[in-house]
Amino acid sequence: MQIEFKHIQAAHCENGVTVSLLKNIGIGEITEPLAFGIGSGLFFTYIPLLKVNNGPAFAYRTMPGLIFKRTCRALGITVLRKRFRTKARAQEFLEQCLANGHAVGCQVGVYYLPYFPKEYRFHFNAHNLIVYGKEQDRYLISDPVMENTESMSAYELERVRFARGVLAPKGQIYYPIASRPITDDTIRRAIKSGITRNIRDMLHIPGPFAGVSGIRYTGRRIKKWRDSLGTKKAGLYLAQLVRMQEEIGTGGGGFRYIYAAFLQEAYGFYLDDILPAVSASFTKSGDLWRTAAVEAAGIYKGRLGSQEDFNRIGDYLFEIAEVEKQAFTALAKIKWQL
Amino acid sequence: MKKEEVPQDLSSLGKITKEVCYATDAAGKYTTELSQGWDVKISALDAAWQDIGERVEAAKARVLRGEASPLLYFMELKLMDIKVLSGYSRFWQWQIKRHLRPAVFKKLSDRTLRRYADVFDISVADLNSLNVHAD
Repeated sequence: MQIEFKHIQAAHCENGVTVSLLKNIGIGEITEPLAFGIGSGLFFTYIPLLKVNNGPAFAYRTMPGLIFKRTCRALGITVLRKRFRTKARAQEFLEQCLANGHAVGCQVGVYYLPYFPKEYRFHFNAHNLIVYGKEQDRYLISDPVMENTESMSAYELERVRFARGVLAPKGQIYYPIASRPITDDTIRRAIKSGITRNIRDMLHIPGPFAGVSGIRYTGRRIKKWRDSLGTKKAGLYLAQLVRMQEEIGTGGGGFRYIYAAFLQEAYGFYLDDILPAVSASFTKSGDLWRTAAVEAAGIYKGRLGSQEDFNRIGDYLFEIAEVEKQAFTALAKIKWQL
Repeated sequence: MKKEEVPQDLSSLGKITKEVCYATDAAGKYTTELSQGWDVKISALDAAWQDIGERVEAAKARVLRGEASPLLYFMELKLMDIKVLSGYSRFWQWQIKRHLRPAVFKKLSDRTLRRYADVFDISVADLNSLNVHAD
């Protein structure tokens, strides 16, 4: 049992799953940057009270699952999404989907993911992959961050689908149901709603923890880390910041570049000179995130460690916050005529 | 980031798969480029694993000093916190906190120990003796 399916590699797992599943039902116009932008994927938050792997919790993108959900909704595509109480029921439903010719997206945990290198296996439960068939006893897997397709035994797949802890996937399965064809006009509207929502998320969420103010807040905190945590722990916190920023499937600097690519592609659908100009701002922001990461590496490698070094990283984040604030403010000035 | 600037420092992931990166070409247009890894990321991951190693050793020392039960050692070894262990073992978090006390742990039934050992993929004997088989 195998569904005709083309594996597509992507920079980020959820974008990739979205693009592949849509392509699979005949909607080939949606590229990874478009999916990311329409799903308003760009975000930042720092939640000081929440701990992940004994370090602070950062996110550079929206909540897992939202990119797929929003992109499909904006394009008027119905989505089937299911979670399960029991493993048996989850497996049965998966078999049914495959038998009906649907490739399906699955939310999984990476700790037990057999084809990931050991160094990357943490209890992180918001990874996404596609199951597109079964050969003998092995499920055929298209994981968007991998160059090639993989396969997993029923037991291995069940184990990652029922990973536990924060954001436990509970066997979550989802796929888009084919609907009417997508026109350029639909995409234009989707782009508009994606950008508008992203402006809201980055500029107008109240409180200091989310969006542009979250970046500034993190910058302020970093300057205090050396005194409050000591150089060693502060270094680990910075390593965590960089890992959340750049690691597979989570690239924060990477996300800024994807968004810049999205704005370029958006220009192809809607000719407004603001779009390419702001795209350049996000390239700059991505570059700044990476420069900050290089500085941070100096600290957790033990090469740097003075208060000035921490201040410099904090200042980079202030600069990033300013660049992204200006960028979204500029996007808010677009006069949409649809 | 320009296409030529996409880092190519071989990481442990890079040996298995390359990662897609978005970068600009000569005309400033975005395109994708594969990356083998980036030194800054590799060292961040190394720093994290070094910390894990230290936590595991510290946990082992505490267990041997009788300050914590062997659960603590295996939790650190398997990168679990109480919430994750609670999810896999189906014990309540308050129960696990109790079981982390050596005096309570000693009195646990075989069935309870079995449940923990299954979560950690080890035998009950290993759970009691802190024995780790290399995998």
